[in-house]
Amino acid sequence: METQYLIVGASHAALSALQAIRMQDGEGSITMVTRDDALPYSPTVLPYVVSGRSAPERVALKDGAWFEQNKVGFIRGAAVTALDAAAKRAKLSSGEEIAYGKLLLATGAAPILPPVPGLKDVRFHVLRSLDDAVKLKQALPNTKQAVVLGAGLVGMHAAENLAKAGAAVTVVEMQPRVLAGYFDAEASAIIEAAFAAKGVKLMLGAKVSRCETAGQGARVTTDTGATLDADLLLVAAGVAPVVDYLTGSGVAIDRGVLVDDTMRASVEGIWAAGDVAQAKGFYDEAKTLNGILPSAVEQGRIAGMAMAGDPAVKPWPGGVPLNTYTFFGQQAVSVGSQDQGEVVRKEVDAKRYLKIVMQDNRLTGIFGINVPFDPGVMWEIILRRIDLAPVREAFIADPLKTARTIMSRTWR
Amino acid sequence: MGAYNTISFKPEHCNGCNACMTACATAKTGSADIANSRIQIVADGDAFELAMCRQCGDPKCVSNCPAAALDKDAGNGVIDWDGSKCVNCLLCTVGCAYGGIVYNAAAGHVVKCDTCDGDPACVKACERGALKYLTTAHIYNEVGDLEDLFVPGLAGCQGCNTELIMRHAMRRIGPDTVLATPPGCIPGMGSVGYNGLTGTKVPVFHPLLTNTASMLTGIKRHYKRQGREVNAVALAGDGGASDVGFQSLSGAAERGEQILFICVDNEGYMNTGMQRSSCTPFGAWTSTTPVGERGAGKTQDAKNLPVIMMMHNCEYVATASTAFMEDLYDKLDKAIAASKRGFAYLHIYSPCTTGWRFPSQENIEVARKAVEANFVLLWEFNPRDGLQLTRDVDQPLSIADYLKALGKYRHLSEDQVAHIQATVEKNVSFIKGLAEGRHPAMAQAMSGRA
Ligand SMILES: Cc1cc2nc3c(=O)[nH]c(=O)nc-3n(C[C@H](O)[C@H](O)[C@H](O)COP(=O)(O)OP(=O)(O)OC[C@H]3O[C@@H](n4cnc5c(N)ncnc54)[C@H](O)[C@@H]3O)c2cc1C
Repeated sequence: METQYLIVGASHAALSALQAIRMQDGEGSITMVTRDDALPYSPTVLPYVVSGRSAPERVALKDGAWFEQNKVGFIRGAAVTALDAAAKRAKLSSGEEIAYGKLLLATGAAPILPPVPGLKDVRFHVLRSLDDAVKLKQALPNTKQAVVLGAGLVGMHAAENLAKAGAAVTVVEMQPRVLAGYFDAEASAIIEAAFAAKGVKLMLGAKVSRCETAGQGARVTTDTGATLDADLLLVAAGVAPVVDYLTGSGVAIDRGVLVDDTMRASVEGIWAAGDVAQAKGFYDEAKTLNGILPSAVEQGRIAGMAMAGDPAVKPWPGGVPLNTYTFFGQQAVSVGSQDQGEVVRKEVDAKRYLKIVMQDNRLTGIFGINVPFDPGVMWEIILRRIDLAPVREAFIADPLKTARTIMSRTWR
Repeated sequence: MGAYNTISFKPEHCNGCNACMTACATAKTGSADIANSRIQIVADGDAFELAMCRQCGDPKCVSNCPAAALDKDAGNGVIDWDGSKCVNCLLCTVGCAYGGIVYNAAAGHVVKCDTCDGDPACVKACERGALKYLTTAHIYNEVGDLEDLFVPGLAGCQGCNTELIMRHAMRRIGPDTVLATPPGCIPGMGSVGYNGLTGTKVPVFHPLLTNTASMLTGIKRHYKRQGREVNAVALAGDGGASDVGFQSLSGAAERGEQILFICVDNEGYMNTGMQRSSCTPFGAWTSTTPVGERGAGKTQDAKNLPVIMMMHNCEYVATASTAFMEDLYDKLDKAIAASKRGFAYLHIYSPCTTGWRFPSQENIEVARKAVEANFVLLWEFNPRDGLQLTRDVDQPLSIADYLKALGKYRHLSEDQVAHIQATVEKNVSFIKGLAEGRHPAMAQAMSGRA
């Protein structure tokens, strides 16, 4: 078959690109392919599928009617397995070939397995697809002891839900603290305390040296010699871009697909966005993986606009690390970089945390736990490099209010 | 995707009374604690700023939601939050750069404005008009798909408002129309056509300045005799209506001909070199009321043509401005309907970027200021209800502010400004008097046709 636009993947980056294309080009044929059998959904919702808060049949981001309305051919349950970039043809696992005019790679990321001896031979779970979530949920009722490898967002979300389901949970993390990518030691400590209070055991700064099958489950041994028996083992030790199908295509790859400021890959007619893409960072030009949902949405939009020739397309400003994280009813928010500039305010107690980092009177990072501010407004203030000199004291004293004032004045 | 109603905020009218926040919190949570308000007014000294949901057209909160809990309602444009799907991840708050969706500790989840089903409590609580619920969207939705009855590329001056008036009016009036465009900007910009082709998709003709209303009379009567329902419409300038065209206009109005006469008032003969007309205001520069050693602009006041037309006891008379399209459309609809029964006269004030000397991007702002300074008054009249103000300006802008925006008044002396000020006040009191039925003249007009 033939299509003007081929979008590989059906998650945030892909959908956001699709909408941007349709804003500019109402008629050009679009085909979206995903290897998943389900309607589009977000990996971010999966912990809530595991906990039962979200029913698997209610997490679809779009339905068939939407695809019809937007005149999009939606192919599910078929992975792209190979790409002939010169001939502009993609090969699907179903055997079908699709000739495209423009191609978006939005295949996201997939869990990586740490090189732990024996890991491949034991039964373990990962959490990236709806299938994974359903399997994990099914395993919950029979789980008494759970071990989670990794204390990133995925691991922490899973650990909380496993604990809520009644399991005894241990999290093993190589870093000395949880969520090291988003929070400093003191902020992490507040999160760690909340987990400890709920009986979750955190083994930080610990490395798994061996895994083996034990009964129905697995036995995990750490480098300190401690052993943990798990009837459920979840590996959440990070993700890597899904690029296997690009082998031999000529598309330049470092860790992900290397893209320029409008998400163009090295080969003409190909763009990439979201977790699969490696684009410049905001604080320095080096290309990094971005791995977060808001970036996938933003990059997808830029790619879609560029693909459709939308004259309003603006270049990717660079990835800013940011996230929101709710744990046991508490809210942690991280916007920006921990280490660009100086800490101008830091306040920590058992339940609340606020840190503001500035460089040359410009906001570079703001981090809070149970302290309200608008992350989207802060992100914009960082991206616009707004000079806060005239309101510096007010901003430090009351970031929520001052940022809203700046917003209302500047880009209302 | 259509246009939607929206809440607008004018910070200059806000005094930080917080009534909107109290009303919102009460409506949404039953408690008056403004922390729970979906609209947040932020005080910054004595200025006030706003954080609330903009109901964006391409909402990032929706794109950022992993749980399909947010969705823009295609019907009313409101972004709906579905609590049964929300997982409390707060990623929507990362997407929103307006502080429009925020975590609320009391509720235990994010909250946002839902415009109270089209009847926002905050707007009702705002006594100073800082918050308004704008419902003009329906114009776009209703008119957007109607056929534009002019050709593309009319050659008006940059920033000209008249093209807007013509296109909007004819869309609404519709194709069963014979259109008269007497000499002036309207035919001048190409609506009568070139090289044997008309500039309209309806029959159009170019009468003399003097005989527009008489020719339309004949055409309308002719079609009536044939049993055909045809709109007889004039799109004329103020010169063609108030000066040399007035005799035929007055005659047709007096006879109650079934005509819709639209006068586009740009206060002079602008397309022929900016000469004065009887609608040119006192003090204004034109090429025939020059400013120099002796001249200081026009020395007479403008003729109040719409009032004179009202005194013909027409089926419908109204004044309108392109800065207030909802009002204009309402009057246009009434005028079209009235022209099936008798004479309908619509007087639309249309600032002229070229002849009035102001930057071309400010046309609508100038039109708005004219109304907000009471320089022109928006009202309507029919023989049954008399005259009614449709936009009563309580706290008018200063006349000086309005005059300052226009090059044609740059030379004014203090005395001249004072004269204009006095004229405006007199006019306001006169029209308000009419609205209240205080004038014997009005009582007479309201008593119907003798
Ligand atoms: C448990 C969990 C929690 C998370 N929590 C957060 C959070 O709190 N905040 C945050 O910002 N981010 C979070 N993330 C990360 C976030 O989900 C991702 O950044 C985001 O989903 C990236 O979107 P994407 O469109 O780039 O890729 P993905 O969402 O990974 O989608 C990739 C798509 O490509 C398809 N695909 C892959 N390979 C092929 C192929 N060969 N052929 C066809 N289709 C293919 C997949 O089926 C899928 O549709 C979380 C992720 C997980 C797993």
